[in-house]
Amino acid sequence: MFDYGYFNLGYLDTLSYKDTFVHRLDPRAKLGATLLFIVTVVSFPKYEITGLLPFFLFPTLLFSLGEIPVKFIMKKVFLVSAFALFIGIFNPMIDRKIAFTLLGVPVSGGWISFLSIMLKLILTITSALLLIATTSFPGICHALQKMGIPDIFTSQLLFLYRYIFVLVEEAMKVARARDMRSFGNKGKGMKAFISLTGTLFLRTIERAERIYQAMLSRGFTGKLHASRPYCFSGVDAGFLAATITALYLFRVHDVVGAVGRFSVGLF
Amino acid sequence: MSDALLSPVVGGAFWSGSLGIIAYCARKLKKDLDEKMVPLMGVLGAFIFAAQMINFTIPGTGSSGHLGGGMILAVILGPYAAFLVMASVLTVQAFFFADGGLLALGCNIWNLGVYPCFVAYPLIYRPLVNAESSSKRITIAAVASGVVGLQLGAFSVVIETLLSGRSELPLQTFAIMMQPIHLGIGLVEGFVTAGVINFIKAARPEILESTSSARPLPVNISTGKVLASILVMTLLTSGGLSWFASTNPDGLEWSIEKTFGRRELPARESRIAPALKSIQGKTAFMSEYGFRGPEGAGESKGKPAWPVTDAGRSASGVVGSALVLAAVLVVGIAIRALRRKST
Repeated sequence: MFDYGYFNLGYLDTLSYKDTFVHRLDPRAKLGATLLFIVTVVSFPKYEITGLLPFFLFPTLLFSLGEIPVKFIMKKVFLVSAFALFIGIFNPMIDRKIAFTLLGVPVSGGWISFLSIMLKLILTITSALLLIATTSFPGICHALQKMGIPDIFTSQLLFLYRYIFVLVEEAMKVARARDMRSFGNKGKGMKAFISLTGTLFLRTIERAERIYQAMLSRGFTGKLHASRPYCFSGVDAGFLAATITALYLFRVHDVVGAVGRFSVGLF
Repeated sequence: MSDALLSPVVGGAFWSGSLGIIAYCARKLKKDLDEKMVPLMGVLGAFIFAAQMINFTIPGTGSSGHLGGGMILAVILGPYAAFLVMASVLTVQAFFFADGGLLALGCNIWNLGVYPCFVAYPLIYRPLVNAESSSKRITIAAVASGVVGLQLGAFSVVIETLLSGRSELPLQTFAIMMQPIHLGIGLVEGFVTAGVINFIKAARPEILESTSSARPLPVNISTGKVLASILVMTLLTSGGLSWFASTNPDGLEWSIEKTFGRRELPARESRIAPALKSIQGKTAFMSEYGFRGPEGAGESKGKPAWPVTDAGRSASGVVGSALVLAAVLVVGIAIRALRRKST
């Protein structure tokens, strides 16, 4: 029930433990590449469309090399697009100046900037989801730690991740039990919510105390260690270098325009 | 906040601000840390996720709401630990739910972490509530700080969007859309937070006493120093990133124009200028196909250039786009097919 019940968190986690070329790359290389990719994509100006298209190569390669189900990720992208969609849709309403006519249909600047926002949305969200689908969360925490994020932050981030699975499942049981005992919206009010959440909180605190005792008895000194040593190999450096080169070329050169002119020139 | 609505400068600036505060909080906690805090923080972060699984009906509307988290964490853990937990909750959300995206994460940590932990909590909640406060007083304090925190957060989203210049929405319209909605959300969240705090206080008062009152008050530490260092860092990063942004005409230049009355900074002929010019030359050639026309006449209002392209160009643009997308698709399908064959 958990795999599909809670934003597919469990399923994403399972995907991240696959063993492919992409999964084997060092988390630092993947995190770095993804961040650079996102920054490059959003650095395009407001009315950019064609320049963004070659960037679809990056997610496509990760999808196919990492053997990640496309439909699953795209469904998630669609689900979270609401905010940007809501803000972006005002562009065509406000910016009505006709930019150019395409096959006799006038297109306003607002629609172009709206389309640009949507392309950026798909690219950035997809790459973020692909990062987590190809890299285990402990791997990412480890990468963050190596990149200079304070220990205390990464350690408790790891804890948080571990216990989401436990606590959310518990909360789902609580919610289901309440729903079975309530009729329509009766019994689902704030009062019941507060005492349910309060109880859940107290149980959480007690659990935290037990966890701490258990950890102490196993020699916990305030620091967590990775069980699997990560090393930044030549392959990782190569991957990062290739990504940076491709990003630079796609950002600075007009790939679509060149291809378009070349093929139009053929006829 | 969402990646697609951000410019790199705004995203980077808020990232560096948030990272600075994370580092500051971590240092602060390390000083007076019992290791017990680490598991407690982690598990409480997971609790926020769990509590969001249980929703409730908002009286009078029929729609449903859930617990936000920032305030309740601040009350229980104190502002420093609460900020770190809130940042990690948002980090997990950004990774797994793709909520906003990774660049927007810096903004989101700022909007949902800084205001409740370092504005609403020390300036509103702490002065109003002490160990002997009645539940009514706690309720008032929690509602007030919940509302203030969310109002500031919502306004920050408006500012970030405007500075990035990707959306056409003017300040007033956007603010009028955002603030009232978040007033409602803040009220509901405040009441729920107050309810849970009162519940804990009734059942196990020592939890609140041991955590919040033992933590030093954030007011008496040198807030000025923190603010100054954050400001310096933000300025440095935006300065570093601005070479990147100077290839695109909105975002930063919009704000520069506001301050200086013209598009470029007055004196900016440094060593990187020639290099920049060459990049700009290349991108300008490209951007003709990105439907961004020549800049120039009628530029007085500070809007980006109007897209102007002629039919021939857009035709080759469309053909090129289709071909590039098709090529990308073919690469993906080919790799899939090859893999299937080899396994």
